[in-house]
Amino acid sequence: MNVPTDLRYAKTHEWIRIDGETATVGITDHAQAELTDIVYAEPPKVGSLVRAGATAAVVESVKAASDIYSPLSGTVTEVNGELASNPALLNTDPFGQGWIYRMTISSPAEADTLLSPEAYSAQIAG
Amino acid sequence: MTHDPLKHSPLEEAHRACGARMVEFGGWLMPVQYTGILDEHRAVRSATGIFDISHMGEVLVSGSGAEGWLEGLLTNRVGKLAVGRGQYTLMLNEAGGVIDDLILYRTGEQEYFLVINAACRDRDLEWMRGSLPSDGSVLLNDLGDDYAAIALQGPGSESILKGLYPGLEAPRRNAITALLGEDGRPVSLVARTGYTGEDGFELFVPVARGKALWDALLAAGVKPCGLGARDTLRLEMGYPLNGSDLSADRTPLEAGLEKFVALDDPLKPGFIGREALLAQRSSGFPSRLVPLRLDVQGPPLRPHYPVYSGGEAVGETSSGALSPSLGEGIALAYLPQSLGVPGTRLEIGVRSSRYPATVVTLPFYRKP
Repeated sequence: MNVPTDLRYAKTHEWIRIDGETATVGITDHAQAELTDIVYAEPPKVGSLVRAGATAAVVESVKAASDIYSPLSGTVTEVNGELASNPALLNTDPFGQGWIYRMTISSPAEADTLLSPEAYSAQIAG
Repeated sequence: MTHDPLKHSPLEEAHRACGARMVEFGGWLMPVQYTGILDEHRAVRSATGIFDISHMGEVLVSGSGAEGWLEGLLTNRVGKLAVGRGQYTLMLNEAGGVIDDLILYRTGEQEYFLVINAACRDRDLEWMRGSLPSDGSVLLNDLGDDYAAIALQGPGSESILKGLYPGLEAPRRNAITALLGEDGRPVSLVARTGYTGEDGFELFVPVARGKALWDALLAAGVKPCGLGARDTLRLEMGYPLNGSDLSADRTPLEAGLEKFVALDDPLKPGFIGREALLAQRSSGFPSRLVPLRLDVQGPPLRPHYPVYSGGEAVGETSSGALSPSLGEGIALAYLPQSLGVPGTRLEIGVRSSRYPATVVTLPFYRKP
């Protein structure tokens, strides 16, 4: 299972790329493999507030709808419009073209609660 | 070890060898998917797939009183079945509510083979035993644990079956035939029925032969398919699922299954639930199972989503999916009779949004 080393992770299988005061969020390779065929994605609205650990988006496979939790708190600045016509990007390129939303971070200290790539790898291995 | 409350298919090991993801269904641990629901769905629509249906129950009813007793128990007319033929039928309670929907095959002059739903096996048998005549003219045998059952479905099914059983004359649609053992006695049954809308067969073989049959079908190039694809395939055809679209609170008239209910057949004697259905028909029934299709590219529909008409909540979906063949959301919902007219515009609520939907006719999917 691919776990890029330049990202941080939430226990709930989201990744976050922190770049100063902004960040990009998606779901991990492990998460997409568990969900299988993703047929629908509902990103948050641009301008909406997201809270660390609270539902920010929904992705749906044929069988089930799954909540996606924001790894950090902040304001959504951009969402991946490609997912509306091609939700399978979440399966085929979860760390790249399958990103879900970008945000400005309001509470940088929350990042201390995120998992390192090593810790997340250990979690999904266990 | 704690007590394992789930029942296990005789093919469980074969599923794990195929990489199955297992889930609980109707009290059984069954495969929901192998490679993916979309992939498996398409295999059945375009080629062939196999499903483990060992969780379903089989009951053999025989004796001089079998036909008459079954007429009183089931809604379709048993007497019109020739030997070797099968029919879809329903078992109702006194109020006309559905206990189970099932396939009844006539396997002999005085012998019938019933295939019942997994979750209903115990309840069905209890209901049936409760009305058996005391004179011994009807024998009821629960064969549910004797058979492994595999559904072979898809346009290539007949050629696969013939490859497996070179001497076999494949049964016609809705017919059933016995597969004879070396001693000439029937050991297995093959019926040309299914739950996908495609041509196909349902094979009932002794448990000990199940894995060999599964492996032979795999070797013939058939794709293993799970309950996920079984659900999207059946919903595209509008086939109801007991426990979701059928229940003890709804009659087959409300479910749109009147053609399987011989209410006006002069040759059909009374049956349990008939009086209630007649009363409901004359007083008008409160709701009807209505097929709905989303008008827009939207989320997959699922059971228990609210349905709105002119802003008012009017019911909820009983089944729903994103149809893999159509690429659109489809659902069934019990709605007031007046809203069941094809073309009626409604809305379906998914989380905090409402999406426009239209009442359509079944099946949702027609073969090109």
